[in-house]
Amino acid sequence: MTNRTTAPVIKDAVDFELELKPYTKFTLDNGVDVYAINAGEEDVIQVELVFYAGNWYEEQNIVAAATNHLLKNGTNTKSAFEINEHFEYYGAYLNRHCYNETATVSLHSLTKHLKELLPVIRELVTGSIFPETELDIFRQNMKQKLEINLKKPDFIANRLIDEYLYGIDHPYGKYSSVAAYNALQSAQLQSFYKDYYINGRCIIFVAGKLPADIEKQVNDSLGGLTVNKHNLPVITHPVKAATEKKYRVNNDDKGLQGAIRIASHFPNRHHPDFTKAQVVNTLFGGYFGSRLMSNIREDKGYTYGIHSYIQNHMQECAWMISTEAGRDVCEATVAEVYKEMEMLRNEPASEEELLLVKNYLIGTILGDLDGPFHIIGRWKNIILNELGNDHFYKAINDIKSITVKEVQELANTYLQPEKFYELVVI
Amino acid sequence: MIHFEQFVLDNGLRVVVHEDHSTPMAVVNIMYDVGARDENPEKTGFAHLFEHLMFGGSVNIPVYDEPLQLAGGENNAYTTNDLTNYYCQLPAENIETAFWLESDRMLSLAFGEKSLEVQRKVVSEEFKEHYLNKPYGDVWHKMRELAFEKHPYRWMTIGAALSHIENATLTDVKDFFFKHYRPVNAILVVAGHVTVPQVKQLAEKWFGDIPPGEKYVRDIPQEPVQTIHHQLEVKANVPIDALYKCWHIYPRLDKRYYITDLITDILGGGASSRLFQVLVKEKQLFSNIECYHFGTTDAGLLTIEGKLVKGVSMTAAEAAIEEELNKIKQSTITEKELQKVKNKTESLIAFEDMSLTNRANSLAYYTLLGNTGLINEELGKYQAVTPEDIRNEANIIFTDSNSSTMYYYGDGQ
Repeated sequence: MTNRTTAPVIKDAVDFELELKPYTKFTLDNGVDVYAINAGEEDVIQVELVFYAGNWYEEQNIVAAATNHLLKNGTNTKSAFEINEHFEYYGAYLNRHCYNETATVSLHSLTKHLKELLPVIRELVTGSIFPETELDIFRQNMKQKLEINLKKPDFIANRLIDEYLYGIDHPYGKYSSVAAYNALQSAQLQSFYKDYYINGRCIIFVAGKLPADIEKQVNDSLGGLTVNKHNLPVITHPVKAATEKKYRVNNDDKGLQGAIRIASHFPNRHHPDFTKAQVVNTLFGGYFGSRLMSNIREDKGYTYGIHSYIQNHMQECAWMISTEAGRDVCEATVAEVYKEMEMLRNEPASEEELLLVKNYLIGTILGDLDGPFHIIGRWKNIILNELGNDHFYKAINDIKSITVKEVQELANTYLQPEKFYELVVI
Repeated sequence: MIHFEQFVLDNGLRVVVHEDHSTPMAVVNIMYDVGARDENPEKTGFAHLFEHLMFGGSVNIPVYDEPLQLAGGENNAYTTNDLTNYYCQLPAENIETAFWLESDRMLSLAFGEKSLEVQRKVVSEEFKEHYLNKPYGDVWHKMRELAFEKHPYRWMTIGAALSHIENATLTDVKDFFFKHYRPVNAILVVAGHVTVPQVKQLAEKWFGDIPPGEKYVRDIPQEPVQTIHHQLEVKANVPIDALYKCWHIYPRLDKRYYITDLITDILGGGASSRLFQVLVKEKQLFSNIECYHFGTTDAGLLTIEGKLVKGVSMTAAEAAIEEELNKIKQSTITEKELQKVKNKTESLIAFEDMSLTNRANSLAYYTLLGNTGLINEELGKYQAVTPEDIRNEANIIFTDSNSSTMYYYGDGQ
């Protein structure tokens, strides 16, 4: 008979040696750095151009996002339809994303089609024209989408909590509005495009099963971009956090649930506490077995899910707790979150619980390291945040070495209720 | 080409092994042949509620998640109208932990009253979060009832009503478990840094002594051929009017499935697709429009849905959709346009296959469909579709009597 009451022997994940496959780097004729990971079994490739063209640099709200979004809606020689058709004919995906500091243009395709696609990417980042008709359609459709989103308590809560933390004028705190869409002009987009794409600063990341002539292919298409000739303007945006900490917003009298956000400022990735605080966060609310999930979902059934995380910003960050809970149990949920903070401050976690969290974290990182896109994603984070090439190993070491005493100390430093903003949107 | 080997244990458990030694990880995937379509119409939402209970402890192991996380693993599960799937990924050296956990919950659950009581609440909150407290959240609830008269695709996996979940009893739970969660009704896929002999030994050791159970024979009402157009008008507290149309299509194993899949891509598969280009960009009647299907095992629905630009009437919007459908019915598409959607399918398959979890999941599903080897035959079936196939099928599918339409009016606020 198989003994089912005793768990099989395991190797603790903390005893695994993790390796982040090193990148190779080459430089294009125009001085643009390209970081590359050649790995994987499938004949697929990802090419990502990162421009310093986030909303940090815009002078008017949503200009950066609109510029990024409309990059592929018309060039000197191609209509929006022709551009879309070209990428889709080759089964490729061309995505754009606008963040706070950076904005990206990324391509996913089968490796064999890369040659047909890179020249059109070049055209998008050199010759986009932002036609008025395209902007009109974008404006109209985005306003309708916004109207729908404003019916969702979680959408409203996400906007308001950032406003409280950073201020409505800060790149991390501001958000879209009908007025901002109405104010968009094609000329502003063209001007932003000229300053932050054509004459901007760019870094390129490629990953996947790379063709042997990858350097030549990228250089032929993108080595002539006029980027990286000028330094970025130095722009500072002071954080203007709200003075009031507690908010209750009623958006729907008949709402069945409340969106709860509880958040406090937190240092960025360069702070020595950052990785160890990630471990504390995991234990607190960062995985399915976390304290918050075990108590508020698995014991009380107040919510379908509750999570905590440290925001992904480059400069200022926040430690955030986020959930949607039944209307009648919102206040009870908020109280339980503070109770869990208090327990972490007052009582050391058990060695067993901390080992479990470490094993879980190391195991998931291990599982995350076998695909080329995941690997380049980790390097991108390290490179854009200027964390240094040994960052990965330092972080792994921090995870493996943190003690229950340190967990408690970090909880006492950061998980103090009076530091937290608190919001419920129904 | 995805390599695999398969064998069957004496108790009927089907096992598929996919070796991939480029990763240090292993995935253990168990698919049970039960979904929302197998539910009693008076007790809908049960297959999904039951999925939650599978994490509430088994006969010898009080908590499922902790030992897995301690072994460096993570897991998840999902329920569809057709099936229920559980999967975990962990370092391959700790794979026995996954066998121990999965086999114990196939042996028997703990059937705790507390677990049922809590998960009823959790699922009720899930219901509210995704379907009730969300603009347009009730659309599929209404569309399924409109399109299906008999087939249990009439209800969503979350359930037809909150009360069905709130009324679930422990007796229901036990009956459901011993009817559906038996080795003869399950498929085990192990993928990653493992070997076939190792998996054979572990499967025998942990699953071999579980009683086989009775093979579940599916006997659910089939949908009669629709003969008259179904129409519904709804007024809801949303800001923008929306239009939904759907048509009955074919079962997953029907060869015409591949034709209809490509039709959805031609019409609504991207920014150069026909509906988006003509109705959103050129005519500006919709602020967004999509065409898709759910890929269900039994015959499902092809759907076109869109949000209307303010000021556009429902009849004008619908007429414009009909005009596009007439084009695909009347003129044969070019080889180039067909090649575009085939190329898209080829790269979609390549991207999906990058993930070990996806490969394990697909192997389980094709095994459930009766032929694991289908995993390597799909692309060829798409490649074989001709422009004439597209036109012929469009003429068969897009008829008034085969369709259901919902006008979903907002209150303008």
